[in-house]
Amino acid sequence: MNDGDATRVTAEVPAPAQEPAEVSASRLLATLGLGGAVAGVLLVIAFGVTLPKIEANRAHARHLAVQEVLKAPERYDTLYLVNGALTKKVPDGTDPKKLEQVYLGYGANGRPVGFAVVAAEPGFQDTIRLIFGYDLKTKQLLGMKVLESKETPGLGDKIEKDPAFVAQFAGAEAPLVGVKKGKRAKPTEVDMITGATISSRTVIRTINNALVRLGPALDAYQAEK
Amino acid sequence: MPELSCHASMMTTSKGTSPRQDLTKGFWRENPVLIHLLGLCPTLAVTNSVANSIVMGIATFFVLVSSSLFVSTVRRWVPNEIRIATYILIIATFVTVAEFALQALVPDIYKALGPFVALIVVNCIILGRQEAFAGKNPAGRSVLDAVGMGGGFMIALLIMGSVREVLGSGTFLGVSLFGPRYEPWVIFVLPPGGFFTLAFVLLTIAWWKERQAARVKAAEPHGLAAAERAA
Repeated sequence: MNDGDATRVTAEVPAPAQEPAEVSASRLLATLGLGGAVAGVLLVIAFGVTLPKIEANRAHARHLAVQEVLKAPERYDTLYLVNGALTKKVPDGTDPKKLEQVYLGYGANGRPVGFAVVAAEPGFQDTIRLIFGYDLKTKQLLGMKVLESKETPGLGDKIEKDPAFVAQFAGAEAPLVGVKKGKRAKPTEVDMITGATISSRTVIRTINNALVRLGPALDAYQAEK
Repeated sequence: MPELSCHASMMTTSKGTSPRQDLTKGFWRENPVLIHLLGLCPTLAVTNSVANSIVMGIATFFVLVSSSLFVSTVRRWVPNEIRIATYILIIATFVTVAEFALQALVPDIYKALGPFVALIVVNCIILGRQEAFAGKNPAGRSVLDAVGMGGGFMIALLIMGSVREVLGSGTFLGVSLFGPRYEPWVIFVLPPGGFFTLAFVLLTIAWWKERQAARVKAAEPHGLAAAERAA
């Protein structure tokens, strides 16, 4: 007879005298402590199991990005920035993951085709991290790819999803200048995206700043070769 | 985000329901999102594409089912005073496990979901089910309940994600539907589109429920049995 509409709020009957016997603080602590310990063990296991795959994913993503912005080089070297100079060898006792890395790609004939540089600057929502290929001799970019961004979907994220915007970086000459969409006339100019001015400006600024910052080190390394 | 301020009293307890009802009630009749309006934060935030919706739904489903199983298993040994803290501890553990798994298996989608994977911890549906169901019922029924509610959450996300991706990007699961000449209705993948879509979905459901109620009323003279079947 009490078979009413199940979605209706059923009146909560107070639990029948489940004696609220004083639970000692040590019991509470022990329960939570034990729970925490079990949780910790579970997390360590999950972390250990997934870590190799996560690192492989990261390395693979970076490898693909380097391939893309250097236009599929024959091979590439990973160079580390140590005290303002690029070197292939990491000094003893330093963690290579903590050093800034630059990638130097070589063509089929064994000659360098360009550097791939990772750089990041604050965009509209959050830091935009990108990678670009750069040919030192011609001062031309080879390509640009956004690695990480949280720009507005539909507007700011066109910096990575709009093929027209991305494509114009290949062959553009540094330092870049952003111009209004459709006004591109010189090789140093890049059409910005309507509705994503700040995001497109950040991409251009990131590349320019990275070249100013790393330019001497790239020059020095190339000259050494 | 007001996720934690939910009322467990909004959910029915288990008294007088069959295992089948435990399972199926979450899909539609007590759908956590569409009927109880819980967990709206991820519902609005990550449903801008079908793929994101599916992965978010699976992650939440996994956390909900594992937490319910765990909570209902250990409920006898957890003192009442610290039950919420224990639930959160269990939930947070499974969320972190899910986070690692997503990072390892679908790195691109993990990136797209951003902070919302970690925020499953405060998803009201999960804590709500522990408090309203798993903390009071045996493991088997709690898992059924969690599967139902997790499935219901997935259904809701899928509805939202499909509408928003089709209108906002002109694609379904990344496959173009209308060809290159379609100018996407971008606002549907932006936050306002989430609110519009949710409003229309809820409106449709309210309208449907009202029509059903009217039909039940019309059928009433023919006996109570018909009314009960329709309800």
